[in-house]
Amino acid sequence: MSHKVVVPIGPYHPLQEEPEYFRLYVEGEKVVDIDIVIGYMHRGIEELSEHKHFDQIPFLVERICGICSTSHPFAYVNAVEDLIKITIPERALYIRTIIAEMERIHSHLLWLGLAGHFIGYNTVWMWSWRYREPVLDMFEMITGNRNHYAMMKVGGVRRDIKDEDVPILKKTLDDLVPAVDMFKGAVMDDPVIKARLKGIGILTKQQAIDWAVVGPTARASGINIDVRKDDPYGAYDKVSWNVIVEEDGDIFAKTKVRILEMYESIRIIRECLDKMPKGPIDFDVKDIPPGEGIGRVEAPRGECFHYVKSDGTNRPIRHKIRAPSYMNVASNKIAAVGGTISDATITLAAVDPCYCCTERLTVLDKHSNKNIMNGWDLIRLSQEKTEKLRNSIK
Amino acid sequence: MFIADEIKERLDEKIIDWYQHSSRRIYFSVEPKYIQAVAGLLFRDLGLRFSIATGQDTPQGLELLYHFSFDKTGEIISVRVLIKDKKKPEIDSLAPLFPAAEWIEREMWEMLGINFIGHPNLKRLLLADEWPEGKHPLRHEDES
Amino acid sequence: MDLKLKALTKSLWVFHAACSPCNNCDIEILDLLTPRYDVERFGIALVGSVRHADVLLVTGVPNYKTKEILKTLYSQAPQPCLVVAVGNCACGRMMFKDSYNSPCAVDELVPVSAYIPGCPPKPEAMIAGVVKLIQKVRGKK
Repeated sequence: MSHKVVVPIGPYHPLQEEPEYFRLYVEGEKVVDIDIVIGYMHRGIEELSEHKHFDQIPFLVERICGICSTSHPFAYVNAVEDLIKITIPERALYIRTIIAEMERIHSHLLWLGLAGHFIGYNTVWMWSWRYREPVLDMFEMITGNRNHYAMMKVGGVRRDIKDEDVPILKKTLDDLVPAVDMFKGAVMDDPVIKARLKGIGILTKQQAIDWAVVGPTARASGINIDVRKDDPYGAYDKVSWNVIVEEDGDIFAKTKVRILEMYESIRIIRECLDKMPKGPIDFDVKDIPPGEGIGRVEAPRGECFHYVKSDGTNRPIRHKIRAPSYMNVASNKIAAVGGTISDATITLAAVDPCYCCTERLTVLDKHSNKNIMNGWDLIRLSQEKTEKLRNSIK
Repeated sequence: MFIADEIKERLDEKIIDWYQHSSRRIYFSVEPKYIQAVAGLLFRDLGLRFSIATGQDTPQGLELLYHFSFDKTGEIISVRVLIKDKKKPEIDSLAPLFPAAEWIEREMWEMLGINFIGHPNLKRLLLADEWPEGKHPLRHEDES
Repeated sequence: MDLKLKALTKSLWVFHAACSPCNNCDIEILDLLTPRYDVERFGIALVGSVRHADVLLVTGVPNYKTKEILKTLYSQAPQPCLVVAVGNCACGRMMFKDSYNSPCAVDELVPVSAYIPGCPPKPEAMIAGVVKLIQKVRGKK
């Protein structure tokens, strides 16, 4: 007789911008329902923001998430600039775009590594994190910090990209291309990974519309949305690049979208570096009139939305923040149900909440409330499945 | 046909005031009782994507802004609703129409104390269980 | 000197407890395990359960939901257990101290043995911090 068992995942993760606690209800191997509990990282930033003045907020919203730490300030400055209706110097637009795209590369590499870890390809983890390091070095060279860059300010950017840094940046990008090629080959042509990820955690187009998912999660389900193209900001309308869309909606499609997006990011940065004009990098904003503004940015995980309302003083009276994972994580309810427990880790990770909490996973028997499995067992289960597939394909 | 014109035509007298901030940012107000009809039209018939909702405490009452994104042209259509009764604020839930609204309504319920009628699962999202009942972090009178 | 504590300094097993950080420190901690820094060559490894851990690594500002969990984690760790606070948030709550959801700092919940400031601290800084901690435990100046 099968009885329902609850698998709690979480509650808090070491590696995630939006921590959740998943309660999987399983029958045998099959996941029949999922309950998502969040709030473990709630710090009340929206409320704190009402007590800071407009120039302090970029530093605050930067600390919403350490991985997309330029997307939030970028969306915030877009919102404030929409409120005041100013156009900022062109060089600043290009610098913002370069920083945002470098962030996308490092974020996608990070996700790729973790996804590899979850399905038992620790080599992918080590390699992709190794190739992520040069990108972080570039951040350190340009902005002075590896993660929180503090580049955005209302009206422009805080630091310039020096002329002597440009060749180093270009060289890093040139070195990165063969690495991405390698990942493309290693991940997309591998029969085991294909067997492991194809048809798993499917989010159909209609489901994706209903749950209003954004970013690579939506694009893998065949929805052609990308804020960079739809509502251009920064310098995205001045360079040529493509939106990557896949139709299948499974994890393999999500992986493919992310890998191919890295090529587009490299292309955008190169073109920006070539086209970047000389000139001032910021515009002195004197005061902020009453009104409201909306700013959007395509963060590595999807659309990041900021709404700012001002009453003419030096602090906003309302600052609404919506991170992309807010929409994407909720859709896990659909994607994970119907799969098996060994697929649950990778399915929940596929929307890129960059997911390392699995070391805090425990399987609880609903009746005795006793732990029967911990996080490592769950990853091991996932890795064993890969191993079995590998042997059967050989 | 532009999406803005179509919305104006389809909603007609339901729209109280219409404000175009810039080429891609449109705000309009409706009465709270129409919110389900308006959201249903925007989301289902016109194919707009639900981006998020903003709740705020203003001197006139609790103001809700439902932001819908029209991705073909990059426009954001924000529907403004004002709930005047601050003591017992209530509005129809959008979660039965589209599940994407489920989380944000739970968040607004705990942050501002707005009751969403017909929400399938109205419980705490972000705050801890020990958070005092009836205290709402984003309500301004609580600060003093 | 405490023999148990001395034995602990040979190879530290670390349990990583994230208490509402922005996960930046957390990525940098994971970064320590990857090829450029690779702290596993010093015997430092992340473990999956706090019951196996010698060191509790805490990041972030505890909120109402995580503060109880942090206390529980510390009580479950085998003693002696060292606690390292990584990042400005864990060291002093930084810009979040006025938040309605930030009841206390990390060192008000558990005894912290070493503070590593930075936002986020560089991986090199974390290694230096751990080295200093080991020296302190061994009683060297």
